[in-house]
Amino acid sequence: MPEEEAKPEAPKPAPKAPPTMAATPWEGDLPREIKEQFGAQILEASTYLGQDFFRVESAAVIPLLEYLKLDGDFDYLVDITAVHYPDRPQQFDLFYILYSFNRNTRIRIKTQIAETETPQTAVGVHLTADWLEREVFDMFGIRFAGHPNMQRLLLPEDWQGHPLRKDYGIIQMDNQWVKENLGIESGQ
Amino acid sequence: MPETTFLDSTEMVLNMGPQHPSTHGVLRVILKLDGERVRGTECVIGYLHRGVEKIAENRTYQMFAPYVDRMDYIAAVSNGLGYCLAVEKLLNVEAPPRAQVARVILTELNRIASHLFWLGTHALDIGAITPLFYTLREREEILKIFEDYCGARLTTHSFRIGGMLYEIHEGLERQVKAFCDMFISKVDEYEELLTHNRIWVERLKGVGILNADSCKQYGVTGPVLRAAGVKWDLRRAQPYSGYEKYEFDIPTAQNADTYDRYTVRMQEMRQSVRILRQAVEGIPEGPIMAKVSKAIKPPVGEAYVSIEAPKGELGYFIVSDGSTQPYRIRVRPPSLINLQALDRMVRGALIADVVAIIGTIDIVLGEVDR
Repeated sequence: MPEEEAKPEAPKPAPKAPPTMAATPWEGDLPREIKEQFGAQILEASTYLGQDFFRVESAAVIPLLEYLKLDGDFDYLVDITAVHYPDRPQQFDLFYILYSFNRNTRIRIKTQIAETETPQTAVGVHLTADWLEREVFDMFGIRFAGHPNMQRLLLPEDWQGHPLRKDYGIIQMDNQWVKENLGIESGQ
Repeated sequence: MPETTFLDSTEMVLNMGPQHPSTHGVLRVILKLDGERVRGTECVIGYLHRGVEKIAENRTYQMFAPYVDRMDYIAAVSNGLGYCLAVEKLLNVEAPPRAQVARVILTELNRIASHLFWLGTHALDIGAITPLFYTLREREEILKIFEDYCGARLTTHSFRIGGMLYEIHEGLERQVKAFCDMFISKVDEYEELLTHNRIWVERLKGVGILNADSCKQYGVTGPVLRAAGVKWDLRRAQPYSGYEKYEFDIPTAQNADTYDRYTVRMQEMRQSVRILRQAVEGIPEGPIMAKVSKAIKPPVGEAYVSIEAPKGELGYFIVSDGSTQPYRIRVRPPSLINLQALDRMVRGALIADVVAIIGTIDIVLGEVDR
């Protein structure tokens, strides 16, 4: 409506730098070895709250998983998950949590990917990645290249959108359902 | 492709579930059969999906705590413990010693309750009806203790971030001791019914083998992994809540079949009683809640914390953006990941064994789907 459009735009406050995780460098044999092997593809090796993680280029994830499994004893892929940051050019953080039975240590691999990117599947390295990657696809819409069965895992096939993206409102689906099936406005 | 008739085809597709009494909820399995043999499966899950992880992003840390109980509702206390430990890790606080011991008591009771429910329903699936009544009778005693502590029986929400809300009720020690004294003879009773029962042994031995290598490849944890001979229990490997102070054994078995998973869980119940006896002996005095501010705002960062739930490794991965609401919570559910190995376990098995194998994984669909 014209009255509303006439409002002058309020001056935006200067954007404050977002606080960052107070991680400390991760020293030890493993990060040194990995950095020697993978060079510049390892962007960071840090520790936060006693939990170690690598931040790597997305192309390096699968070779790194493979290397860690064969040469580092990290034979158990605990979890794969993602986090959505809609304001960033590379919108998604992908996380791989690994555990080694022999070393009794757990590490994380973290990488950033853009919305259009299709990261390589980890199914060839760890079979458990099958459903985990399907769930990531279901919830975030990240497609994994080379996955044997890139279908939704939990939601129905005809579901619209990917719920764990930050721009996915929690009541939009409900409103749509009420409108289609009951023919009324849901009023939420 | 030539047209095939029913008689020509060697493969038959059979649908099982989601409304099937032996799938323990709403699990749908599509079986590809060659006569009586299973050649492949496909699991259809998500019928109980409630979007717990999305709910978390729209709640404060305290408000989300009751939701976690609704995932694995058979072992709600374990879910609460994992969540509270994860937030406490981000906040860098630790529950006071009194709360830690009380947490161990309730969690171990819940482990027994979960195993009892598993034993009863698993035996029922195989065709032994009696154990269900026995196990639910003993589970009732545990639920009474929960009820006396916090008023709830199943979804207890008994832990808070930083400790526990309620002081331990008068008589808890007596109740737990009485339960321990009574319970061991009951486990003997179940074993008498089942362990050497001819039908039970024939139905379970050599069925649904998943060896240690496959377990690791599929990320399978908990009793299934231990039945494959891997002596790994997070309570021992990476102790939390003071588990390093208790003496207990990690039961394992060698054959990695359905029968071994039964024996492992039976022994685990006995070990839980051992832990309970030690825990009630020395409940330290002191506060039951650490000093935690009303507005829980963990500093920006991320942490993954996992515990040994009755079904396997239950993990919480939390990303905080410094506000009162979590930016992202990921639950690593043991049921979902263990269920993925179903396909490997049933290939080549008889169709009647599918029910036994689903039962032996011990899934709760509320946790598979979240």
